[in-house]
Amino acid sequence: MNVYTPIFILGALAFGFAAFSVVIAGFTGPKRYNRAKYDAYECGIEPTPQPIGGGRFPVKYYLTAMMFIIFDIELVFLYPWAVAFDQLGAFGLVAMMLFLLNLAVPYVYEWRRGGLEWD
Amino acid sequence: MTGGQFGLFGSDPWWLVIGKAVAIFGLLVLLTLFTIWWERRVVSRMQNRIGPNRVGPFGLLQSLMDGFKLAFKEEVIPKAAHVGVYWIAPVISATAAFIAFAVIPFGPTVSVFGVETPLQLTDFPVSVLYVLAIASIGVYGLVLAGWSSGSTYPLLGGLRSTAQVISYEIAMGLSFVAVFIYAGSMSTSQIVLAQQPIWFAVILLPSFLIYVTSMVGETNRAPFDLPEAEGELVGGFHTEYSSLKFAMFFLAEYINMVTVSALATTLFLGGYLAPWPLSLWDGANTGWFPVLWWVLKVQLFIFVFIWLRGTLPRLRYDQFMKFGWKVLIPVALIWIVIVSIARLFRTDVALTNTELLVVGAVSIAVLLAAAWLLQVRSDRRADKRAQAEEDHARRASEVLTAASTGHPVPPLPGQRFEYTPRRSTVTVPGSTAPADSTEAVAPPQEDRDA
Repeated sequence: MNVYTPIFILGALAFGFAAFSVVIAGFTGPKRYNRAKYDAYECGIEPTPQPIGGGRFPVKYYLTAMMFIIFDIELVFLYPWAVAFDQLGAFGLVAMMLFLLNLAVPYVYEWRRGGLEWD
Repeated sequence: MTGGQFGLFGSDPWWLVIGKAVAIFGLLVLLTLFTIWWERRVVSRMQNRIGPNRVGPFGLLQSLMDGFKLAFKEEVIPKAAHVGVYWIAPVISATAAFIAFAVIPFGPTVSVFGVETPLQLTDFPVSVLYVLAIASIGVYGLVLAGWSSGSTYPLLGGLRSTAQVISYEIAMGLSFVAVFIYAGSMSTSQIVLAQQPIWFAVILLPSFLIYVTSMVGETNRAPFDLPEAEGELVGGFHTEYSSLKFAMFFLAEYINMVTVSALATTLFLGGYLAPWPLSLWDGANTGWFPVLWWVLKVQLFIFVFIWLRGTLPRLRYDQFMKFGWKVLIPVALIWIVIVSIARLFRTDVALTNTELLVVGAVSIAVLLAAAWLLQVRSDRRADKRAQAEEDHARRASEVLTAASTGHPVPPLPGQRFEYTPRRSTVTVPGSTAPADSTEAVAPPQEDRDA
């Protein structure tokens, strides 16, 4: 058996449980209609603009996501280097330090430009 | 490794694989029920209360009963919701939480009904990477739940959770690098075995501390539970969820807590290996005993989670993001550089004492130069700050006239300029700015807290 197959078995079990729970809740619970109950949780007025379709959110989240992608890719490069560290030796270390230095430049730049501030 | 096999992994008979999967599933559900009860009891004790003690012995069945109760509650789906995504989000959250546990080792190889098998569902050369990948999939559950509710608070809460989880995931991932360097592997079972003489928590203490901090942020737990800051965001991304859909998010949160605790145990506390005094006894690392050590170590982390919740107030969001991006990530990166250089010097370079002294002297000189440069810079800033304070003091001594404010409302007779310290100009206690001018215009920071 492939080493990845057990994940799918556990995944099927978990998915089955979650899907069953989500579906069964519609049958076991009571249903008492009340128009106000189905409004968004707010002061009683529908939110404008509607979150779906017209929603706005601070651009900071977008910046954070971009930073996440940069650092996540850095991680993807760091991991194989770390695992093979003893085989790669000094050359690997110097190469990786140069790579980290390359990434430190935009990081410091964004820090100084206030890209990491939240207020 | 042939035919998709990795050691003993992949050679289990099918009934054993299904048995293990069911066992892990059951263990996670039980651990969740237990942890909810345990958390409520411990937090109660910390707050001089008793906590749930009515349902079952010591109230142990309380969380199970709560689960049943949720199943019989009405399901309210807001009319603005995007129904398809709204339904799928809790399923994604719960499924991702469960399957991250597939690579956590519970114990060494044991014999189950005559079959030799490791106490771990599966393992492969990149299993820690797999846990990180699944954690990222779990984020989809949060952001989709927040967006699809069609309501403002969940949208903001979902975005906050997402920003928080992805920010702390970086620090978390960086803290693993030192472990991989020392273990030479990304497979969880081999990382555990690499800690045979000494745990990584001891030799890689900074990594461990960074991981423990970021795991609290990653799971959205107090003091980093900003997505659920009820004063600002009601319930966060699950505000519009009710009944068993809400229960799925709750389940996912607690399973994630157990997962990060188990990962901390695996990577830093020697996994299922017996702790020090017990490890002197040869039998401690054989048979089914290691499962006990594993459970105890995981429970230790879960207790720390609860302890933090009972002790610390919630951080402000900007402080929280600042801490993640400006403290944890740079510290983790610098630590990686230090660890890798030290490791290389220990394994590859045979230095004489003279060379070692030269290297030490050079690095001390570099550090001194850096410290001097930083001091010059902070002196210059302090001068600038003192200048600003002086300006404010001068303005505060003048009685305001209608012409001097520029504000539509004219000042009251005898009104003076009131100086409110701003973040950029505020005097940090203990800095070099002249104390007399600040005292006159701005009350020191401590007084305002009192």
